[in-house]
Amino acid sequence: MLKIDNLRVNYGGIEAVKGVSFEVPDGSIVTLIGANGAGKSTTLRSIVGLVKAAEGSSITLDGEELIGMDTPDIVKKGISLVPEGRRVFPDMTVIENIKIGAYLRNDSIEEDIERVHALFPRLKERSWQLAGTLSGGEQQMLAVARALMSKPKILMMDEPSLGLAPIIVKNIFSIIKEINKQGTTVLLIEQNANMALHVADYAYVLETGKITMTGTGKELLADESVKAAYLGKKSN
Amino acid sequence: MSLTTFLQQCLTGISLGGAYALIAIGYTLVYGILRLINFAHGDIFMMAGYFMIFAMASLPWVIAIPVVLIVTVLLGVTIERVAYRPLRSAPRMSVMISAIGVSYLLQNLATYLFTALPKGYPEIPFLKKIFQIGGLSASFVTFLTPVLTLVIVYALMVLINKTKIGMAMRAVSKDYDTAALMGIKINRVITFTFAVGSLLAAVGSVLYFTDRMTVFPFSGSLPGLKCFVAAVFGGIGSIPGAVIGGFILGLGETALVALGYSTFSDAFTFVLLIIILLIKPTGLFGEKTTDKV
Repeated sequence: MLKIDNLRVNYGGIEAVKGVSFEVPDGSIVTLIGANGAGKSTTLRSIVGLVKAAEGSSITLDGEELIGMDTPDIVKKGISLVPEGRRVFPDMTVIENIKIGAYLRNDSIEEDIERVHALFPRLKERSWQLAGTLSGGEQQMLAVARALMSKPKILMMDEPSLGLAPIIVKNIFSIIKEINKQGTTVLLIEQNANMALHVADYAYVLETGKITMTGTGKELLADESVKAAYLGKKSN
Repeated sequence: MSLTTFLQQCLTGISLGGAYALIAIGYTLVYGILRLINFAHGDIFMMAGYFMIFAMASLPWVIAIPVVLIVTVLLGVTIERVAYRPLRSAPRMSVMISAIGVSYLLQNLATYLFTALPKGYPEIPFLKKIFQIGGLSASFVTFLTPVLTLVIVYALMVLINKTKIGMAMRAVSKDYDTAALMGIKINRVITFTFAVGSLLAAVGSVLYFTDRMTVFPFSGSLPGLKCFVAAVFGGIGSIPGAVIGGFILGLGETALVALGYSTFSDAFTFVLLIIILLIKPTGLFGEKTTDKV
């Protein structure tokens, strides 16, 4: 279980995350929703050690403290992040991008390549194409496939639906469910609250660096204030 | 000019170009990873020359050469560790100034330790042996340099395109954060890059100085600057670019000397720089930087 306790992050004098605590139980899908600048990305980036958490924060994976570890070591512990904006390596082929996801592994990766090819048949077709020439949706699939190659216990995704056509977003979310079914815990952050809450077991609403609401996905979907603020529905 | 003379000059040019290419690759590799122009690179090359003098004083060349290669690699890696790594998150200009500082430091250190008087470069017997092919005659090193350069470049391309560390280098050169997310230790890759660059500078130094016979504390400045131009001409960040840039520079300089304009042979480099910057500022094979959102 991934446990975040009183996480604080300062960015150039501004406190972007102000004491956030939540848990990601094994096997679940957890989502953090919130507007731009709420601190969602910062939270994910501090979990993988890309930004430094302030004194007094704690992030533990199965009881082991992650704060202070280097990003590659955290990845080795079984946490993988699909970064915002995909960030595939544009000058590498699709298959190279997939293989680099398994950088830390020394065992055979053929089976896992087949597994991600089964999840994303499109990537198999485009194996030898440069990743930079893929469409946005394909790049998102590639970024997810790449992250899965390290066989993470927890897959974290930063706005996987950003900038994608609705039909592709649907597709991505059904794959997220599928990945979760296959045994990977998922921590998802989204502005597309509707989709995220539909797949999530647990959800947290983040506003200006603080968690303001928690519940199961269904509970938040039914909540009037969430409806008004994030689902674009009038509550009357 | 007879055909033989022409070919003879070409051979000299290609040989010089090979040594330039090896040094230029060092600039391009480091730039590719750190976006830093390692101004100390030419001085690392110069230090390798001194290392060879001292190694050969007490060791046979078969042992001296590997020792020089290793010590030069250690020097390059140490410089990165001490002068560049602490500035990893500083603005790029700070690192560049640190590189210039290291360059001056090495030059002055060499002057202090070895005096400013040129020291004779040791003769490696088999490299100096005169060979004749048809009407061409030249020392073995002249034939060896371009061949060795091409072999090394080929090995380097295999390393970068086919191996895990090569994949890591390409990833780091694009995006530190994402590379780290793949589990790649950025600092290790950077150290490795400096090691490779310094190794090539050491090889280039043996080939270059064997032909020039002397080393002095500023021996690295002009070749360093020229090889930097070669890298820029080829498109900094591109290895084939650096190689082609090196060969063009070597051939062009030799051609000017052969035609009797030796006064202008150094100027050739900078004319080339001006031309490429005017016509194609990213160099022959330079990557276009498109910022996609």
